[in-house]
Amino acid sequence: MKCPHNIVNLMHDYLDGDIEPNDAKILREHLQQCSACADHFNGLKKTVAFIQHASHLIPPADFTARVMAKLPKEKKMIRMRRWLQNHPFITAASLFIILTIGSLFTTWNEQRQFSVSAHENVIIRGHTVIVPKGEVVKGDIVVRNGSIKIEGKVEGNVTVIHGEKYLASAGQVTGELEEINQVFEWIWYNIKERVKDVMEVFE
Amino acid sequence: MEIFVKKRIKAIKKGDQNAYADIVDLYKDKIYRLCYRMLGNRHEAEDTAQEAFIRAYVNIHTYNPNMKFSSWLYRIATNLAIDKIRKKKPDAYLDEEISGTDGLTMYSQLSSSEASPEETLESLELQETVQKAIEKLPEKYRSVIVLRYIEDLSLQEISEILDLPLGTVKTRIHRGREALRKHLGHL
Repeated sequence: MKCPHNIVNLMHDYLDGDIEPNDAKILREHLQQCSACADHFNGLKKTVAFIQHASHLIPPADFTARVMAKLPKEKKMIRMRRWLQNHPFITAASLFIILTIGSLFTTWNEQRQFSVSAHENVIIRGHTVIVPKGEVVKGDIVVRNGSIKIEGKVEGNVTVIHGEKYLASAGQVTGELEEINQVFEWIWYNIKERVKDVMEVFE
Repeated sequence: MEIFVKKRIKAIKKGDQNAYADIVDLYKDKIYRLCYRMLGNRHEAEDTAQEAFIRAYVNIHTYNPNMKFSSWLYRIATNLAIDKIRKKKPDAYLDEEISGTDGLTMYSQLSSSEASPEETLESLELQETVQKAIEKLPEKYRSVIVLRYIEDLSLQEISEILDLPLGTVKTRIHRGREALRKHLGHL
Protein backbone atom coordinates (compact mmCIF):
# COMPACT_ATOMS: atom_id res chain seq x y z
CA MET A 1 0.00 0.00 0.00
CA LYS A 2 1.06 3.57 -0.49
CA CYS A 3 2.31 5.27 2.67
CA PRO A 4 1.56 8.97 3.22
CA HIS A 5 4.77 10.88 2.44
CA ASN A 6 4.99 12.51 5.87
CA ILE A 7 4.13 9.43 7.93
CA VAL A 8 7.58 9.22 9.53
CA ASN A 9 7.31 12.86 10.56
CA LEU A 10 3.99 12.09 12.18
CA MET A 11 5.63 9.28 14.14
CA HIS A 12 8.20 11.73 15.46
CA ASP A 13 5.59 14.33 16.24
CA TYR A 14 3.77 11.66 18.18
CA LEU A 15 6.93 10.76 20.09
CA ASP A 16 7.54 14.43 20.82
CA GLY A 17 4.04 14.62 22.23
CA ASP A 18 2.91 17.45 19.97
CA ILE A 19 0.86 15.78 17.27
CA GLU A 20 -2.38 17.33 16.03
CA PRO A 21 -5.46 15.20 16.79
CA ASN A 22 -6.14 14.97 13.07
CA ASP A 23 -2.62 13.73 12.33
CA ALA A 24 -2.84 11.27 15.20
CA LYS A 25 -5.89 9.76 13.56
CA ILE A 26 -4.11 9.47 10.20
CA LEU A 27 -1.10 7.83 11.90
CA ARG A 28 -3.20 5.37 13.89
CA GLU A 29 -5.21 4.31 10.88
CA HIS A 30 -2.17 3.89 8.69
CA LEU A 31 -0.24 1.85 11.27
CA GLN A 32 -3.15 -0.57 11.52
CA GLN A 33 -2.93 -1.24 7.81
CA CYS A 34 0.78 -1.03 7.03
CA SER A 35 3.06 -3.52 8.79
CA ALA A 36 6.26 -1.90 7.48
CA CYS A 37 5.35 1.43 9.05
CA ALA A 38 4.16 -0.33 12.22
CA ASP A 39 7.59 -1.99 12.49
CA HIS A 40 9.30 1.32 11.96
CA PHE A 41 7.16 2.92 14.63
CA ASN A 42 7.74 0.07 17.11
CA GLY A 43 11.46 0.29 16.47
CA LEU A 44 11.39 3.98 17.35
CA LYS A 45 9.36 3.40 20.50
CA LYS A 46 11.68 0.60 21.59
CA THR A 47 14.71 2.78 20.96
CA VAL A 48 13.29 5.54 23.12
CA ALA A 49 12.49 3.05 25.89
CA PHE A 50 16.03 1.64 25.79
CA ILE A 51 17.60 5.07 26.04
CA GLN A 52 15.24 6.20 28.77
CA HIS A 53 15.93 3.10 30.81
CA ALA A 54 19.66 3.38 30.49
CA SER A 55 21.12 2.75 33.90
CA HIS A 56 21.96 5.69 36.05
CA LEU A 57 25.49 6.31 37.02
CA ILE A 58 26.32 8.09 40.20
CA PRO A 59 29.35 10.36 40.51
CA PRO A 60 32.03 9.34 43.04
CA ALA A 61 31.25 10.23 46.66
CA ASP A 62 33.99 12.84 46.89
CA PHE A 63 32.90 14.64 43.73
CA THR A 64 31.73 17.81 45.48
CA ALA A 65 34.80 17.97 47.71
CA ARG A 66 37.06 17.67 44.69
CA VAL A 67 35.28 20.43 42.84
CA MET A 68 35.46 22.67 45.90
CA ALA A 69 39.19 21.97 46.26
CA LYS A 70 39.80 23.08 42.70
CA LEU A 71 37.94 26.38 42.91
CA PRO A 72 40.01 29.55 42.94
CA LYS A 73 40.57 30.96 46.44
CA GLU A 74 37.76 33.13 47.65
CA LYS A 75 38.30 36.65 48.87
CA LYS A 76 39.85 36.94 52.32
CA MET A 77 37.15 39.34 53.46
CA ILE A 78 34.44 36.77 52.88
CA ARG A 79 36.32 34.04 54.67
CA MET A 80 36.89 36.31 57.62
CA ARG A 81 33.29 37.45 57.70
CA ARG A 82 32.08 33.86 57.73
CA TRP A 83 34.53 32.98 60.49
CA LEU A 84 33.30 35.91 62.56
CA GLN A 85 29.70 34.91 61.98
CA ASN A 86 30.46 31.45 63.24
CA HIS A 87 32.22 32.71 66.37
CA PRO A 88 30.10 35.58 67.72
CA PHE A 89 31.43 35.41 71.26
CA ILE A 90 35.10 35.53 70.29
CA THR A 91 34.25 38.32 67.90
CA ALA A 92 32.60 40.40 70.59
CA ALA A 93 35.38 39.72 73.08
CA SER A 94 38.19 40.53 70.66
CA LEU A 95 36.42 43.65 69.49
CA PHE A 96 36.21 44.81 73.10
CA ILE A 97 39.87 44.08 73.71
CA ILE A 98 40.96 45.81 70.52
CA LEU A 99 38.99 48.93 71.37
CA THR A 100 40.25 48.99 74.94
CA ILE A 101 43.88 48.53 73.99
CA GLY A 102 43.50 51.01 71.17
CA SER A 103 42.14 53.68 73.44
CA LEU A 104 44.85 52.99 76.03
CA PHE A 105 47.61 53.36 73.49
CA THR A 106 46.13 56.66 72.50
CA THR A 107 45.99 57.95 76.05
CA TRP A 108 49.48 56.60 76.72
CA ASN A 109 50.85 58.53 73.79
CA GLU A 110 48.83 61.67 74.32
CA GLN A 111 49.39 62.25 77.99
CA ARG A 112 52.95 63.42 77.92
CA GLN A 113 52.54 66.47 80.08
CA PHE A 114 53.24 66.49 83.77
CA SER A 115 50.31 66.17 86.11
CA VAL A 116 49.67 65.26 89.65
CA SER A 117 46.39 64.39 91.30
CA ALA A 118 47.05 65.77 94.77
CA HIS A 119 47.88 69.39 95.51
CA GLU A 120 47.44 69.70 99.23
CA ASN A 121 50.46 69.42 101.46
CA VAL A 122 52.85 68.81 98.57
CA ILE A 123 55.52 70.90 96.94
CA ILE A 124 55.87 70.81 93.20
CA ARG A 125 59.30 71.61 91.84
CA GLY A 126 59.57 71.32 88.11
CA HIS A 127 58.52 67.80 87.31
CA THR A 128 59.05 66.53 90.79
CA VAL A 129 56.44 66.27 93.49
CA ILE A 130 57.74 66.43 96.99
CA VAL A 131 55.89 65.29 100.07
CA PRO A 132 57.85 67.21 102.69
CA LYS A 133 58.91 65.89 106.06
CA GLY A 134 56.17 66.04 108.64
CA GLU A 135 53.39 66.51 106.09
CA VAL A 136 50.58 63.98 105.74
CA VAL A 137 48.77 63.56 102.39
CA LYS A 138 45.37 61.96 102.77
CA GLY A 139 44.27 60.00 99.72
CA ASP A 140 45.94 58.54 96.65
CA ILE A 141 48.52 60.35 94.57
CA VAL A 142 48.98 59.77 90.86
CA VAL A 143 51.92 61.44 89.18
CA ARG A 144 52.18 61.45 85.40
CA ASN A 145 55.38 62.22 83.55
CA GLY A 146 57.16 63.26 86.68
CA SER A 147 58.83 61.92 89.82
CA ILE A 148 57.82 61.87 93.42
CA LYS A 149 59.99 62.24 96.49
CA ILE A 150 58.32 61.10 99.65
CA GLU A 151 59.80 62.39 102.91
CA GLY A 152 56.55 62.66 104.78
CA LYS A 153 53.58 60.35 104.94
CA VAL A 154 50.98 59.36 102.35
CA GLU A 155 47.81 57.72 103.59
CA GLY A 156 46.87 55.95 100.41
CA ASN A 157 48.36 54.56 97.20
CA VAL A 158 51.08 56.27 95.21
CA THR A 159 51.33 55.64 91.49
CA VAL A 160 54.01 57.08 89.27
CA ILE A 161 53.46 56.88 85.55
CA HIS A 162 56.46 57.58 83.35
CA GLY A 163 58.60 58.73 86.20
CA GLU A 164 60.50 57.65 89.29
CA LYS A 165 59.68 57.37 92.94
CA TYR A 166 62.05 58.14 95.80
CA LEU A 167 61.04 57.03 99.20
CA ALA A 168 63.15 58.62 101.90
CA SER A 169 63.94 56.55 104.96
CA ALA A 170 61.54 58.65 106.97
CA GLY A 171 58.88 58.61 104.25
CA GLN A 172 55.87 56.42 104.60
CA VAL A 173 53.15 55.16 102.24
CA THR A 174 50.30 53.27 103.81
CA GLY A 175 48.97 51.90 100.51
CA GLU A 176 50.77 50.55 97.45
CA LEU A 177 53.67 52.33 95.86
CA GLU A 178 53.82 51.73 92.12
CA GLU A 179 55.91 52.89 89.23
CA ILE A 180 54.63 52.39 85.68
CA ASN A 181 57.00 52.90 82.79
CA GLN A 182 55.90 50.36 80.19
CA VAL A 183 52.92 50.39 77.93
CA PHE A 184 51.85 46.98 79.08
CA GLU A 185 52.09 47.91 82.70
CA TRP A 186 50.05 50.94 81.86
CA ILE A 187 47.42 48.74 80.21
CA TRP A 188 47.41 46.37 83.12
CA TYR A 189 47.06 49.24 85.50
CA ASN A 190 44.13 50.61 83.49
CA ILE A 191 42.41 47.27 83.35
CA LYS A 192 42.79 46.90 87.11
CA GLU A 193 41.40 50.38 87.60
CA ARG A 194 38.46 49.67 85.34
CA VAL A 195 37.70 46.41 87.02
CA LYS A 196 37.84 48.21 90.33
CA ASP A 197 35.42 50.81 89.02
CA VAL A 198 33.10 48.13 87.77
CA MET A 199 33.26 46.33 91.10
CA GLU A 200 32.40 49.57 92.87
CA VAL A 201 29.36 49.95 90.68
CA PHE A 202 28.19 46.52 91.69
CA GLU A 203 28.88 46.97 95.35
CA MET B 1 13.87 24.77 45.22
CA GLU B 2 14.20 27.68 42.79
CA ILE B 3 14.31 30.05 45.75
CA PHE B 4 16.96 27.92 47.41
CA VAL B 5 19.08 28.04 44.26
CA LYS B 6 18.56 31.81 43.86
CA LYS B 7 19.69 32.47 47.42
CA ARG B 8 22.76 30.34 46.96
CA ILE B 9 23.67 32.11 43.76
CA LYS B 10 23.36 35.48 45.45
CA ALA B 11 25.73 34.30 48.17
CA ILE B 12 28.16 32.91 45.61
CA LYS B 13 28.13 36.19 43.70
CA LYS B 14 29.09 37.92 46.93
CA GLY B 15 31.99 35.49 47.11
CA ASP B 16 30.76 32.87 49.55
CA GLN B 17 32.37 29.71 48.28
CA ASN B 18 30.63 27.39 50.72
CA ALA B 19 27.28 28.16 49.16
CA TYR B 20 28.58 26.65 45.96
CA ALA B 21 28.97 23.22 47.57
CA ASP B 22 25.18 23.07 47.86
CA ILE B 23 24.82 23.83 44.18
CA VAL B 24 27.33 21.14 43.23
CA ASP B 25 25.54 18.62 45.43
CA LEU B 26 22.23 19.50 43.89
CA TYR B 27 23.27 19.09 40.25
CA LYS B 28 26.24 16.74 40.28
CA ASP B 29 24.21 13.62 39.43
CA LYS B 30 22.61 15.24 36.41
CA ILE B 31 25.78 16.81 35.09
CA TYR B 32 27.84 13.68 35.63
CA ARG B 33 25.19 11.55 33.91
CA LEU B 34 25.10 13.93 30.96
CA CYS B 35 28.88 13.85 30.63
CA TYR B 36 29.02 10.09 30.93
CA ARG B 37 26.43 9.56 28.23
CA MET B 38 28.09 12.07 25.95
CA LEU B 39 31.58 10.65 26.42
CA GLY B 40 30.98 7.00 27.34
CA ASN B 41 33.87 7.00 29.77
CA ARG B 42 33.73 7.49 33.52
CA HIS B 43 37.14 9.04 33.84
CA GLU B 44 36.44 11.66 31.22
CA ALA B 45 32.93 12.14 32.51
CA GLU B 46 34.21 13.01 35.95
CA ASP B 47 36.84 15.39 34.63
CA THR B 48 34.38 17.10 32.36
CA ALA B 49 31.67 17.38 35.01
CA GLN B 50 34.18 18.89 37.44
CA GLU B 51 35.40 21.30 34.84
CA ALA B 52 31.81 22.33 34.09
CA PHE B 53 31.20 23.16 37.75
CA ILE B 54 34.45 25.07 38.04
CA ARG B 55 33.64 27.08 34.90
CA ALA B 56 30.19 27.86 36.18
CA TYR B 57 31.69 29.14 39.42
CA VAL B 58 34.33 31.26 37.75
CA ASN B 59 31.79 32.73 35.33
CA ILE B 60 28.94 33.07 37.79
CA HIS B 61 28.73 36.80 37.06
CA THR B 62 27.78 36.09 33.46
CA TYR B 63 24.83 33.95 34.55
CA ASN B 64 21.56 35.53 33.53
CA PRO B 65 18.94 34.89 36.23
CA ASN B 66 16.16 34.86 33.62
CA MET B 67 17.45 31.46 32.58
CA LYS B 68 17.03 28.41 34.77
CA PHE B 69 20.30 27.78 36.56
CA SER B 70 20.17 24.11 35.62
CA SER B 71 19.83 25.08 31.94
CA TRP B 72 22.90 27.26 32.21
CA LEU B 73 24.85 24.42 33.83
CA TYR B 74 23.66 21.99 31.16
CA ARG B 75 24.83 24.42 28.50
CA ILE B 76 28.32 24.64 29.97
CA ALA B 77 28.58 20.88 30.42
CA THR B 78 27.24 20.09 26.95
CA ASN B 79 29.65 22.49 25.29
CA LEU B 80 32.58 21.06 27.25
CA ALA B 81 31.57 17.51 26.38
CA ILE B 82 31.26 18.38 22.69
CA ASP B 83 34.74 19.94 22.82
CA LYS B 84 36.08 16.77 24.38
CA ILE B 85 34.47 14.59 21.73
CA ARG B 86 36.01 16.71 18.98
CA LYS B 87 39.44 16.63 20.56
CA LYS B 88 39.21 13.02 21.52
CA LYS B 89 42.38 11.21 20.68
CA PRO B 90 42.31 7.59 19.63
CA ASP B 91 44.26 6.42 22.68
CA ALA B 92 41.92 4.91 25.19
CA TYR B 93 42.21 4.98 28.95
CA LEU B 94 43.76 1.73 30.07
CA ASP B 95 42.22 1.93 33.50
CA GLU B 96 38.76 2.44 32.13
CA GLU B 97 36.31 -0.22 33.10
CA ILE B 98 34.11 -1.70 30.46
CA SER B 99 31.13 0.57 30.48
CA GLY B 100 28.06 -0.93 32.05
CA THR B 101 29.78 -3.31 34.42
CA ASP B 102 30.31 -1.48 37.65
CA GLY B 103 28.77 1.39 39.55
CA LEU B 104 25.58 1.07 37.59
CA THR B 105 22.32 1.07 39.40
CA MET B 106 20.06 -1.24 37.57
CA TYR B 107 16.72 0.06 36.70
CA SER B 108 13.27 -0.99 35.55
CA GLN B 109 13.69 -4.40 33.92
CA LEU B 110 15.89 -5.53 36.80
CA SER B 111 13.71 -4.23 39.56
CA SER B 112 12.53 -7.70 40.53
CA SER B 113 15.04 -9.33 42.83
CA GLU B 114 14.50 -12.71 41.17
CA ALA B 115 16.24 -11.60 38.01
CA SER B 116 18.36 -14.54 36.89
CA PRO B 117 22.07 -14.09 36.12
CA GLU B 118 21.30 -14.62 32.44
CA GLU B 119 18.80 -11.80 32.52
CA THR B 120 21.28 -9.58 34.34
CA LEU B 121 23.95 -10.32 31.80
CA GLU B 122 21.58 -9.69 28.98
CA SER B 123 20.65 -6.40 30.52
CA LEU B 124 24.28 -5.40 31.06
CA GLU B 125 24.94 -6.20 27.45
CA LEU B 126 21.94 -4.15 26.54
CA GLN B 127 23.24 -1.25 28.59
CA GLU B 128 26.46 -1.43 26.70
CA THR B 129 24.72 -1.66 23.35
CA VAL B 130 22.64 1.40 24.19
CA GLN B 131 25.71 3.39 25.21
CA LYS B 132 27.61 2.33 22.09
CA ALA B 133 24.67 3.40 19.94
CA ILE B 134 24.61 6.82 21.61
CA GLU B 135 28.33 7.21 21.07
CA LYS B 136 27.94 6.48 17.37
CA LEU B 137 25.74 9.54 16.98
CA PRO B 138 27.39 12.70 15.68
CA GLU B 139 27.70 15.12 18.61
CA LYS B 140 24.95 17.49 17.49
CA TYR B 141 22.43 14.64 17.61
CA ARG B 142 24.02 13.09 20.64
CA SER B 143 23.57 16.18 22.79
CA VAL B 144 19.87 16.59 22.00
CA ILE B 145 19.17 12.88 22.53
CA VAL B 146 20.99 12.82 25.86
CA LEU B 147 19.27 15.98 27.06
CA ARG B 148 15.88 14.69 25.91
CA TYR B 149 15.99 11.08 27.10
CA ILE B 150 18.70 10.81 29.72
CA GLU B 151 18.01 14.15 31.39
CA ASP B 152 14.32 14.06 30.53
CA LEU B 153 14.14 17.71 29.46
CA SER B 154 11.46 19.33 27.34
CA LEU B 155 12.15 20.42 23.77
CA GLN B 156 11.71 24.01 24.92
CA GLU B 157 14.40 23.64 27.59
CA ILE B 158 16.77 21.95 25.18
CA SER B 159 16.31 24.78 22.71
CA GLU B 160 17.20 27.22 25.50
CA ILE B 161 20.21 25.20 26.66
CA LEU B 162 21.69 24.79 23.21
CA ASP B 163 20.55 28.21 22.06
CA LEU B 164 18.94 26.71 18.98
CA PRO B 165 15.51 27.31 17.43
CA LEU B 166 12.87 24.82 18.55
CA GLY B 167 12.53 23.54 14.98
CA THR B 168 16.23 22.69 14.80
CA VAL B 169 16.02 20.81 18.09
CA LYS B 170 13.06 18.83 16.76
CA THR B 171 14.82 17.95 13.53
CA ARG B 172 17.90 16.81 15.41
CA ILE B 173 15.88 14.67 17.76
CA HIS B 174 14.05 13.10 14.83
CA ARG B 175 17.28 12.31 13.05
CA GLY B 176 18.90 11.11 16.25
CA ARG B 177 16.00 8.76 16.92
CA GLU B 178 16.14 7.41 13.39
CA ALA B 179 19.87 6.79 13.65
CA LEU B 180 19.46 5.02 16.98
CA ARG B 181 16.62 2.93 15.64
CA LYS B 182 19.02 1.38 13.15
CA HIS B 183 21.09 0.02 16.06
CA LEU B 184 18.46 -0.59 18.68
CA GLY B 185 15.11 -0.96 16.93
CA HIS B 186 15.58 -4.61 16.04
CA LEU B 187 16.65 -5.82 19.52
